[in-house]
Amino acid sequence: MKRLTAALLLGLVLNAPSFASTATEAALADDPVAEKRLLGLSEELRCLVCQNQNIADSNAELAQDLRHEIRGMIKAGKTDKEIIDFMVARYGDFVLYRPPLQGNTLLLWGGPIALLIFGLVALIAYQRRRATRVAAQDQPLSADETSRADALLKELDTK
Amino acid sequence: MNRYYWILGGFAALVVLLAVGLNLNPRDVPSPLVGKPAPAFTLSQLAEPDKTLSPQDMRGKVWLFNVWSSWCVSCRQEHPVLVEFSRKVDVPLIGLNYKEVRGDGEFDMSKMPAEEEKKLAFQRANQWLSQHGNPYKLTVMDLDGRVGIDYGVYGVPETYVIDKSGVIRMKHTGPISPEILTQKILPLLAELNK
Repeated sequence: MKRLTAALLLGLVLNAPSFASTATEAALADDPVAEKRLLGLSEELRCLVCQNQNIADSNAELAQDLRHEIRGMIKAGKTDKEIIDFMVARYGDFVLYRPPLQGNTLLLWGGPIALLIFGLVALIAYQRRRATRVAAQDQPLSADETSRADALLKELDTK
Repeated sequence: MNRYYWILGGFAALVVLLAVGLNLNPRDVPSPLVGKPAPAFTLSQLAEPDKTLSPQDMRGKVWLFNVWSSWCVSCRQEHPVLVEFSRKVDVPLIGLNYKEVRGDGEFDMSKMPAEEEKKLAFQRANQWLSQHGNPYKLTVMDLDGRVGIDYGVYGVPETYVIDKSGVIRMKHTGPISPEILTQKILPLLAELNK
């Protein structure tokens, strides 16, 4: 048992350098509140290098730099809004995963709702037109038609 | 029959929308910095590390600010265009060497002392310029990429056109092609230098 513990300890010591590379990432981890803010903020921000990832997910160099930057700003006591504004001032609205509602994003925000309303209106209009068309065609059978139908049914029965 | 024209029309509209959307360049993100003063910095010059440069030093001149690095593959593609430009056009071209060492990805930065990074960065940048030609009036060194962040750099190479009053008038992300140079940058430089 003692040997095993010694071996484990030795392993830890020998592997120590590999912990060093994560030291910077861990620097703020001892402040869970700040780390949570960092995570929240970086999930809202797009990594411009790999555009479909946010800064929290991305391992791109720039994303790491920006996380580092956000950490610094959190430590300096900046508010979330100040940090977001800092990013927007440099990288534009595109950096936001939730683009603000403004003139040039109206189609983006309103488009899906407009399409949904258009679809519903079209569906209702179609159903109404169909209902009146069906009602107009739904006449009782004439005497002639009744006798033909009866004849056809009888023919089926005798088979 | 009328109804089918409707559906066809809707489909055509969708095709047009997608065709336009797919032909846009997703890298072509409009920079909010255009029309704003060039962010301030004070960085060491590559040729003379004891000397620094700030955008204020360029006041009164129209200049180009080009972000490059020796590890940047597209920079190699762009470089002959810049060399040609510097020979023909009398507009100062200032280089911003962006994260020469730590941007490379070849080095374990946690094991590299700052002094060594600095030395290596200057050495690599100088070597690259002597190998490929130096179109820059001078280059400043942004070792940690902080100035890059202020300029919204996200894909080297990037180029900024800055006017006499220090305002960014244009930003181009990606390598400058001869077409972009003659069709967009040169006319703008001529206009600003009027």
